[in-house]
Amino acid sequence: MLDARSRWTPYWQAAPLALVFLVFFVLPLAITFMVSFWTYTGYSIEPAFVGDNYASAFDKCFASLPDLCTTFRTYLSTLKFCLLVWLITLVLGFTIAYYLVFEIKSPTTRIVLALLTTIPFWTSNVIRMISWIPLLGRNGLVNQALMGAGITHEPVDWLLYSSFSVTLSLVHINTVFMIVPILNSMSRIDRSLIEAAYDNGASAWQTIWNVIVPLSKTGIAIGSIFVVTVVMGDFISIGLMGGQQIASAGKVIETQITALQFPIAAANAIVLLAVVLMIIWTLLRLVDIRKEL
Amino acid sequence: MKKSDKSGLSRRTLLKGSAAFAGFVGTQAVTGFPAVHADEPITLRYLSTATNQSPAIAAKAKEVTGINIEYVTVTTDDVTKRIVTQPDSFDLVDTEYFSLRNLIPSGNLMGIDAKKVKLVDKLATAMTKGEVDGKKIGNQGTAPNKVFYLEKQRGKEFAKEPTDWITLIPTTYNADTLGIRPDLIGRPITSWAELLNPEFKGKASILNIPSIGIMDAAMVNEAMGKVKYGDKGNMTKEEIDKTIATLIEAKKAGQFRAFWTDFNESVNLMASGETVIQSMWSPAVTAVRLKGIPCTFQPLKEGYRAWASGFGLPRTLKGKQLDAAYEFINWFLSGWAGAYLNRQGYYSAVLETAKENMEPYEWAFWMEGKPAEKDILGPDGGLLEKAGSVRDGGSYVERMGAVACWNSIMDENAYMVQKWNEFIAA
Repeated sequence: MLDARSRWTPYWQAAPLALVFLVFFVLPLAITFMVSFWTYTGYSIEPAFVGDNYASAFDKCFASLPDLCTTFRTYLSTLKFCLLVWLITLVLGFTIAYYLVFEIKSPTTRIVLALLTTIPFWTSNVIRMISWIPLLGRNGLVNQALMGAGITHEPVDWLLYSSFSVTLSLVHINTVFMIVPILNSMSRIDRSLIEAAYDNGASAWQTIWNVIVPLSKTGIAIGSIFVVTVVMGDFISIGLMGGQQIASAGKVIETQITALQFPIAAANAIVLLAVVLMIIWTLLRLVDIRKEL
Repeated sequence: MKKSDKSGLSRRTLLKGSAAFAGFVGTQAVTGFPAVHADEPITLRYLSTATNQSPAIAAKAKEVTGINIEYVTVTTDDVTKRIVTQPDSFDLVDTEYFSLRNLIPSGNLMGIDAKKVKLVDKLATAMTKGEVDGKKIGNQGTAPNKVFYLEKQRGKEFAKEPTDWITLIPTTYNADTLGIRPDLIGRPITSWAELLNPEFKGKASILNIPSIGIMDAAMVNEAMGKVKYGDKGNMTKEEIDKTIATLIEAKKAGQFRAFWTDFNESVNLMASGETVIQSMWSPAVTAVRLKGIPCTFQPLKEGYRAWASGFGLPRTLKGKQLDAAYEFINWFLSGWAGAYLNRQGYYSAVLETAKENMEPYEWAFWMEGKPAEKDILGPDGGLLEKAGSVRDGGSYVERMGAVACWNSIMDENAYMVQKWNEFIAA
């Protein structure tokens, strides 16, 4: 009797979360997958089972190789931002976390500084992005300063509505997603390991590379997953800061949704999901998060 | 700063309005209003884009009719999306005629009973017949007169002849063209082709709402002599390909500074000097000028791209809400709102009643294209035009008479959206 009950207890305990996942994650995803095979008109969607939406998502993609089709170009551009933002946030996040954990001796100061990194989160993403615009614009503060200092005579155009401004705002928004998990992993590193490394004659760089990095791998992997998934699905930052001139997978989906072409938008969402899952799968192959937690 | 002025004004008017309303409920002595409002105020959820909404109109409506207007603000494309996917989320919608080709077949709107609309015979002929001053105007695209009537109230077919079932009762319409910064360009602009003139490299913009942007692009292509269209409002696949090809070429050459989807974005681009020539809407030009920055809604020799917006009723609306919706529509056409909209640079549906609510010098400036006798103030009271200036494009007859095409939904809409995405990705 007791045995039977205890055998079921973990399932009951997990049930609420499982239910939430089912209703808010699995179900919508299943519906999206289903709709991606439907047909549509300008005002309705009809149940069907056709591959047309996937075919038009990859319209002329293979025939026109080596020239890249719209879809491939869009993904390439999104992946480029993804890689760039990932690298920058990784370096920044790692450095900041390292500083907080190993350079700051007082725990109070450490907590205060760690909280400081989250202050930008007190306002919304969009506001944080928009606030760059008066700074970087053609007549913005940066350009006025550059011209005032005599560094340039013409305003610099590439500061805003460019790959630069998109990368800048994405880094601005996502760095904290790297800091927090890395900070978490680093603070669990046993200090005696570092002392041992020094005692054995390792230089500071050798210690970082051979001791701290491997032991922070879980945090790096979790931070990377955050950053990669956010950037791959982003269309607001890329739209606002890129002056809507830079395509992103999310923007394509959004345009199709506003044109009421839900099935083809669903097909593109499934493609995007597949790409992101592949990236995450690769990441998980490199780091076994569960083992190292 | 403009915003705070506006809300200050509206709060005052709103207070006045509710005070008047409270008095009315207390005494029950006021006549001329249907009894439905005697028990409790009715709220209408009014779905539209930001451009069609104004706290001052809502406050005045409350004051006169007692109806609460609760604005639901979304973008142009989202209005369509809401009607198709969430027809119960609003009581009254102000949407563009061009989207009717998608909205009517969805069956989510019902025909408006012409017999219940008092001024139905006075609606502008530009809307009902495609005529201004007795002369036919450009009819390419989804011109309102093509989709004005339904066969029956819950019909899915447009009627060729006038019937008692109207799809949308016009609220505002206008003839759009390019906005320019005359101070930064310094020479006359006369053609749509100038949008892609390399002289403005990195300083041009086009709007990123595919169904409207493609029409601006068509005007440009036609002006450049690159494409000859059968009907700009209903392009063939080949015409779409050619139109987009021109845009992609210009984009790769760095012609565009940014694209915009929200009318506030267009104001910011122009006011900050990021762009000097771009697709623009009339109230956006007004907004730039109210900041004291010169901006012209430039008439061009190829004519205007026109649009029209109107009230539609959701299929499910009934009872007191339905009566209130008709009452609000009747009030809207009765002049005060029309005058307000005319002062923003739009055109109102019933010109006669709007005229009664405007000062003669205002009417002469906005509608007759005459030089302003006195300073012209914007709806928020800010100085818009100094005495002596003339409205861009001149009189109503000149502007609406020069319409070349209307915003539209094409038969090849899905293909067009796909190609538009290609342009954005290029």
